[in-house]
Amino acid sequence: MQSASEVRRKSLKGFDRFKYSSTLWWKKYGTPTLFLAPFLILMLMFIVLPVLISLYLSFTNFNMIQPAQWMGIANYRMLLTDDDIFLIALKNTFMFAGITGPLTYVMTFLAAWIINQLKFRNAFALAFYAPSITNSIAMSVVWMMLFSSDRYGYINWLLFHFGVVTEPVLWTKDPAYIMWVVIVIQVWMSMGTGFLVNLAGLRNIPPSLFEAGAIDGVKNRFQELWYLIIPNVMPQLLFSAIMTIVNSLSVFAIPVQVAGMPSPNYCAHTIIAHLYDYAFIRFQMGYASAIAVFLFLLSFTLSRVSMKVFAPRD
Amino acid sequence: MKDNNSAFEIVNGKFHINFKWVFVYTIMLALVAFTALPLIYLVSTAFKPYEELFLFPPRFFVRRPTLKNFGDLVISLSGTTVPFTRYIFNSLFVTVVNVTLTILVSSMGAYAISKHNIPGSGIVFGIVIAALTFPAQVTQIPTYMTVSSLGLLNTYWALIITHIAVPYNFFLMKQFIDQFPNELLESSRMDGANEWKTFWKIVMPAVKPAWATLLVFSFTSNWNDSSTALIYTNKQAMKVLPLALQTIAGGAAASSLARAGASAAASFLMTAPTIIIFVTMQSQVMQTMAYSGIKS
Repeated sequence: MQSASEVRRKSLKGFDRFKYSSTLWWKKYGTPTLFLAPFLILMLMFIVLPVLISLYLSFTNFNMIQPAQWMGIANYRMLLTDDDIFLIALKNTFMFAGITGPLTYVMTFLAAWIINQLKFRNAFALAFYAPSITNSIAMSVVWMMLFSSDRYGYINWLLFHFGVVTEPVLWTKDPAYIMWVVIVIQVWMSMGTGFLVNLAGLRNIPPSLFEAGAIDGVKNRFQELWYLIIPNVMPQLLFSAIMTIVNSLSVFAIPVQVAGMPSPNYCAHTIIAHLYDYAFIRFQMGYASAIAVFLFLLSFTLSRVSMKVFAPRD
Repeated sequence: MKDNNSAFEIVNGKFHINFKWVFVYTIMLALVAFTALPLIYLVSTAFKPYEELFLFPPRFFVRRPTLKNFGDLVISLSGTTVPFTRYIFNSLFVTVVNVTLTILVSSMGAYAISKHNIPGSGIVFGIVIAALTFPAQVTQIPTYMTVSSLGLLNTYWALIITHIAVPYNFFLMKQFIDQFPNELLESSRMDGANEWKTFWKIVMPAVKPAWATLLVFSFTSNWNDSSTALIYTNKQAMKVLPLALQTIAGGAAASSLARAGASAAASFLMTAPTIIIFVTMQSQVMQTMAYSGIKS
């Protein structure tokens, strides 16, 4: 059955119909729409439209002064076949993300699982979480003192003192070491939002579940983990997986702080470093947009895959 | 799951050592050392007098703490046109405005979507979830063009307007407001309160853990953010604290004693506020985060 207003709306044509529809909308949803409007407008302006504009610009040649010039897939062809530096950036990003991503993902969950069973769990949680809210520029002052490449560097001095090395290790100058220094710092800062979400999810599992599990024959903590806990924290595990994917693909600040930009032989160059280089140093916005779209597709696809993996199964 | 397991316990007046838990606690404390030592080093260094900063062999802990580095920090930029206090003001001002606006805008929007069936709510929330799955840098170039064409480069507006609609903040508020019982809203409306009043007097006080959590996260990300000011401003007077720190730590006279002390003091000033805010809000944050899961 249609309401009287719906019948009246259908009887109107063109602009009158639009006017009547808006009046109805306003009566019913006016205030909530106003509540949502600021967020919605800003999100359209700074997230939705930029993604679409990036997509368009990635097919053009654009320097912000002259109008954009259509190039077809030339930017992508250049990016994937001719740009050796990008291939290095891609390799480095996969290297960083491939090591720190899975490692920190498993660590955040296991750490949350163990801490949840300990005494003083708030203190443990604070100690694990604190590094992730530090500023990478502020911490670089500390890393430079710890990893300084001369004997004054604390770590070099320790290695020297215990006779592990006889020459100072060039932690931040030698490409072979830079990558490992970056990975250590990444891991150090990795217990972020995902860790808190896991911890809170574990804390909220009702105790009755474990009592029921004990009756059903769950014998030890690992069975408990596998059969009772993990199925109950799937939404938290998915959230933490997406956070890990996005964070490890956007590695940028730490390599720049450790090795500078550009780094020696581009050994710490990453996708986002390449993006910034073309966007805000060379102002080749079309090419930079192609890099942005590439990163978008990569991150979006991986996140979609993890949503499939964590989808509830019957 | 048994809670709060200890390595030592007293059963029937006898002292027991549980070796399994001694092992677990030892490993966890080793990991705490890994996470905490760099921070302790940061604090310790900020209070080191000159002669301890460049000591050989280097020393981890400060022996005779001094506040001199903080004094040096204030005068370290006295020769330049922009005083250090300006950077502190910029960082504080932008952070406070952004935190306030993002909490307000996200809570209002999340309430509208969660408790009023506006047609299209599902699409809006779908976009928010999708926006969680890619790095914010993807949108940087068109955002820069927008800010530039609005004539906002080198203004506080550029640092603010781009940081209000944060998908994660909206997501978190929506998940939490979803738990709020509809009956309470109904009774408030029956009492004749309008939407605005219901939102302020009934909903916001009830979801305090959620916006307290946003306060922590939003403060942290804005306070630590340097790339926004780097991209949208080129006047020194518009730069924020992390960029000033970079100038002090990496400047021409970086290796001089005063600069080393000053940059350690600045690093301490950058780091302490985020950790203090988290500690004061920790229990609220833990209440909220359980709702931050994504159901696929």
